Amino acid sequence: MDLIFLFIASAVINNYVLTYFLGICPFIGVSRQLDTATSMGLAVIFVMTLTAAFTWPINHLVLAPYGLPFLKYVTFILVIAALVQLVEMFIRKTSQPLYLALGIYLPLITTNCAILGLALFMDLREYSFVQSLVFAIGAGLGFTIALVIMAGIREELAFARVPRALDGPGITLIVAGLLALAFMGFAGLGGTG
Amino acid sequence: MPRQPVPLRQEFLKGLWDENPTLVQVLGMCPTLAVTNSIVNGFAMAMATGFVLICSNVVVSLVRKLIPNQVRMGAYMIIIAAFVTIADMVLAAQYPDISRALGPYVPLIVVNCIILGRAEAFASKNGVGRSLLDALGNSCGFLVSLLVLGTVRELIGTGGLFGHVFWGETVHPWLVMILPAGAFLTLGSAMGLINHLVARREAA
Repeated sequence: MDLIFLFIASAVINNYVLTYFLGICPFIGVSRQLDTATSMGLAVIFVMTLTAAFTWPINHLVLAPYGLPFLKYVTFILVIAALVQLVEMFIRKTSQPLYLALGIYLPLITTNCAILGLALFMDLREYSFVQSLVFAIGAGLGFTIALVIMAGIREELAFARVPRALDGPGITLIVAGLLALAFMGFAGLGGTG
Repeated sequence: MPRQPVPLRQEFLKGLWDENPTLVQVLGMCPTLAVTNSIVNGFAMAMATGFVLICSNVVVSLVRKLIPNQVRMGAYMIIIAAFVTIADMVLAAQYPDISRALGPYVPLIVVNCIILGRAEAFASKNGVGRSLLDALGNSCGFLVSLLVLGTVRELIGTGGLFGHVFWGETVHPWLVMILPAGAFLTLGSAMGLINHLVARREAA
């Protein structure tokens, strides 16, 4: 039951993009078209789950017992970079169409704050291994939801008359603000994550 | 760039306004939005980021000829992560309250695009002195934008500054401004305002 709450909380209540401001760069950069936004979202869910599965054991079985917590950030970022590289190589070998669809977005995930944020939140809130996995999938799904909604709005926005000064990132941020207001409605569901 | 050296002053000033990292180049959005719910948080964040930016820019510039081209990104990331660890530990030891308020956003400086961007675009191609000035300019630009956003949001969201309430009950504070939604709205409006000013200056 707790896991379900954790999942819902990390997906919508504490939405990664709209509440924690993690992954704003792709949120603004990759939200122009619906299909690229969806691919990006799926790639992020995938990498997030892997990150949780790898950083948790490293943190709890290697860094903590040997008293090396000051190496945490360096380790996390290296693990993420290595993982993204491996995933990229694996996808290229197994599925050429998927590789082409994801294109440049896959390597860019390395510097996506959402992934490092995930590893940090896992550590900060002392989640167990299973909780971490659920949290990762939920957070990735939340990121995807926000990205896809935004892409849908921006596809329509392309035909709207936007004040010249706000054109580009300005109007995107204001739309994101309105979305964040809407997502505040989920806060009543309770739970933290 | 070596052919026609840019005046040193310009190296500093460009980060402050023309190439302001957040308001013009739209980099480093997460800290800009996340920690500007009060002036104090914004200031602390800008200081931590500035420290990491200046140190990593100088170090990257120092070792730029030693790092093989293929692994430079990884090397930059490790240099940055090392300085972030220092900043995080100093903050946690000296100012535990601020450290708690900023939470995971201090370690997240590692993936702040401003720092990696300056390392890749500037420090890896320029000498130590210029890299230092560039980092100083960008840090100041970042500080200015965080302070502006922090001031606006705290003033409207709580009706006061630094925890002092100015208007009391007469003006009801607009709570949304210190919540996440307010961050997006404020930054979006600030960008619109800057675009408007730039467009007007060019037209004149």
